[in-house]
Amino acid sequence: MRDDALLQVDAIDVFYGDFQALFDVSLTVKPGQVVAVIGANGAGKSTLLRTIAGLMHPRAGDIQFVGAGIGRAPAYDVVKSGIALVPEGRRLFQSLSVEENLKIGGQSGRPGPWSLDRIYQLFPVLSERRHLPATALSGGQQQMAAIGRALMSNPKLLLCDEISLGLAPIIVRDIYAQLPAIVGDGMSLIIVEQDIAQALKAASQVYCLQEGRIALQGAAHELTRDAISAAYFGV
Amino acid sequence: MTEWLNVILQGVLIGGLYAMFAAGLSLIFGVMRLVNIAHGDLIVLAAYVALTVTEAMGIGPLTSLILVVPAMALIGYALQRLLLNRTLGDDLLPPLLVTFGLSIIIQNGLLELFTADSQKLKAGAVEIMTYHLAPGIWIGLLPLIQFIVAVAVIAGLQVLFYRTALGRAFRATSDDQSVAQLMGLDTRHVFAMAMALSLAVIAIAGVFLAVRSNFDPSIGPARLIFGFEAVIIGGLGSMWGTLAGGIILGVSQAIGAQIDPGWQLLAGHIVFLAILAVRPQGLFPKVSG
Amino acid sequence: MSGYSVEHATRSSRVGVAVIAIALVVLATAPFWGDRQTLRLLAELFTFVALASLWNLLAGYAGLVSVGQQAFVGLGAYLLFAMVILAGVHPIAAIFIAGPIAALVSIPVAALTFRLRGAYFAIGTWVVAEVFRLLASQISVLGGGSGVSLPASVVIAMAPTRTAREFELYWLALGLTVLVLAAIVMLLRSRHGLALTAIRDNEVAAQSNGIDVTRVKLIVYVLTAFGTAMVGALIFLMKLRVSPDTAFSVNDWTAFVIFITVIGGIGRVEGPIIGTIIFFFMRQTLSDLGSLYLLIMGAVAIVVMLWAPKGLWGLIAERFGWQALPLQRHLVSTPQDKS
Repeated sequence: MRDDALLQVDAIDVFYGDFQALFDVSLTVKPGQVVAVIGANGAGKSTLLRTIAGLMHPRAGDIQFVGAGIGRAPAYDVVKSGIALVPEGRRLFQSLSVEENLKIGGQSGRPGPWSLDRIYQLFPVLSERRHLPATALSGGQQQMAAIGRALMSNPKLLLCDEISLGLAPIIVRDIYAQLPAIVGDGMSLIIVEQDIAQALKAASQVYCLQEGRIALQGAAHELTRDAISAAYFGV
Repeated sequence: MTEWLNVILQGVLIGGLYAMFAAGLSLIFGVMRLVNIAHGDLIVLAAYVALTVTEAMGIGPLTSLILVVPAMALIGYALQRLLLNRTLGDDLLPPLLVTFGLSIIIQNGLLELFTADSQKLKAGAVEIMTYHLAPGIWIGLLPLIQFIVAVAVIAGLQVLFYRTALGRAFRATSDDQSVAQLMGLDTRHVFAMAMALSLAVIAIAGVFLAVRSNFDPSIGPARLIFGFEAVIIGGLGSMWGTLAGGIILGVSQAIGAQIDPGWQLLAGHIVFLAILAVRPQGLFPKVSG
Repeated sequence: MSGYSVEHATRSSRVGVAVIAIALVVLATAPFWGDRQTLRLLAELFTFVALASLWNLLAGYAGLVSVGQQAFVGLGAYLLFAMVILAGVHPIAAIFIAGPIAALVSIPVAALTFRLRGAYFAIGTWVVAEVFRLLASQISVLGGGSGVSLPASVVIAMAPTRTAREFELYWLALGLTVLVLAAIVMLLRSRHGLALTAIRDNEVAAQSNGIDVTRVKLIVYVLTAFGTAMVGALIFLMKLRVSPDTAFSVNDWTAFVIFITVIGGIGRVEGPIIGTIIFFFMRQTLSDLGSLYLLIMGAVAIVVMLWAPKGLWGLIAERFGWQALPLQRHLVSTPQDKS
């Protein structure tokens, strides 16, 4: 493993039962780096994030995080070591208020810069609606709450799964505008996106998944449009 | 007239006990969608634990709660961690059949240890103390204590569920198990805590049951049914609803018994079936959202 | 050109059918080779095979996990005693009348209990059984809470000698059980059977494939009540005495039946047969232990449920690919005439 890496995904194979979703996938994230994972529907992007977060476990290969193997660790331990996932579709807890959703994100008790107050500074609208049930929020506000909930665990690495999905472009722009404030403290980020332009703008390193395999990787500014669409669509 | 008022009053008071049967059942269903067929037998188990403790240490039943409640909670935690967590999943059968097997094990284990003889916990002077409320209306101290404890238990569960980190963890895990794990919650532990809490409530209910009337190893299933009926009458997922459900069941049984002693249980079942027919969501279902 | 046809049989099921046919002949001639004790034990065994097969159909295939089937065992028993004692119906005729009446009664029962989901349905069916038990103990002409015996005149009228009567009851038990099993096999091989297997395997998927799950479940519930009541009537005709506590016993008619089905293999027709044999073997060898024996039974059921959820027959079937009854469907390539 490379010494300067925060996260090193090392040649993992991941299965759903008999179905193999990831083949020999490797990926590196350095401290403070924003990495984008792109690919078509069903390419294995969400599976990759779920595996890093500990919800699934690789059948072969391993995952190193700050030097420790986490490939077999359950999700509730992975979050304590400093990885937080903003799941696809936001998945706020419906029986909890907005504030309770944020508080439960801080349940693991990791110290760090993120607190309720700071989340409310970042997304003031959540502060106004803190006592409402999570279901009372609009789609964009729910996404902010889901990001806030993940930040509350003070992660070193934040995994964002399709945060623009189903949101109006203007709201997506607002949320992405907050990214510098989020990564400002040296946090690393993996973003999974359908919106390639958005991903390329935000990230320094890009991985393209195709049918469970890494089809292309490189620095965001070096990748050509043609190379990406070739890797994306497999043409 | 006063005779009927007395009947209804006694029904309300016994309803508190039924609400405690129901609360433990409702709690674990709410958190992990598990229906514990052994619930009634665990209530009887708690009564026997209390019997053993009171006899061995020479203390009163109410004092014995200090030991019985944590002991039952511990049993609940272990039961969930070692056995019941393995049964949870999409399939309905395993939890149902495993708790059914557990019910048979507890009943016959108690039979083996304590025989089929009826037992009763003696609480001493409080058992016979009564208050004169109005001309012709009397209220026993013990039923009153039992009712107040029941209300306190329900209120306590309500506060725990909606005001504490543990309650938040219960609700979050119930909503979405895998995202709960992303929050650092070990759902196996959360479920075990819920079962421990359920058995703590069972312990209180079991002691009051044992003080109030005779018990033997075979009476568990009927307590499960009373608790279940109170849950459905009150409406799934509502703690105060279970109290109302318990009271309605208690009053129905008391009125039935007043008409004809053979009608006590039947009256309760019929009210339950009637409510199921006209209002299957229960009287006070949890408002969603 | 070749086409495809659907076949049910496999080689093991052909062997299975042959074995079953031989067993049937042996069992049918039992009155000529067995003693009274053996006949009684076998007759009781048959009734448990029938009850467990019916419960298996209900819980294992239709997903209706009832712990209240004693409602229909007891209903059948009480219908028989009522018809025989109060209306002078012949006991054997009464068995066959009890079935359709119980089926009718099961419709409003289903209307109520189907409002409850999953495990709550289970306890709901139990409440219904309790209501039946309490109502039965209110019927004073049938002895109220203490129950009633079949009048001696009726018993004598059934057959001229005690031996003849026991032969008659034995064949009745065998016949009824074969009838129940045949009905279940035919149901599973019918169009409804395909729907049931689909529901067993995945209810949501079955629903989205256009199967009216509720309707299929209702049909199964009513048919099961039909069969269970007939078996219940026969059981208590053999016992010659009925009481609310024995007729509506959750232990005898549900706990044992569930144990049998789980041990043998739930969701498989062969399961209850294997399970009943194991159950009777355990009962004959362990019953001296008293309540400890029931405790062991509960523990065995839990262990099987957790570590071998498909039961003994499930293990055998998976290991060797056996099926004793021709129930699976597979496509067979068949040469067709060139025209």
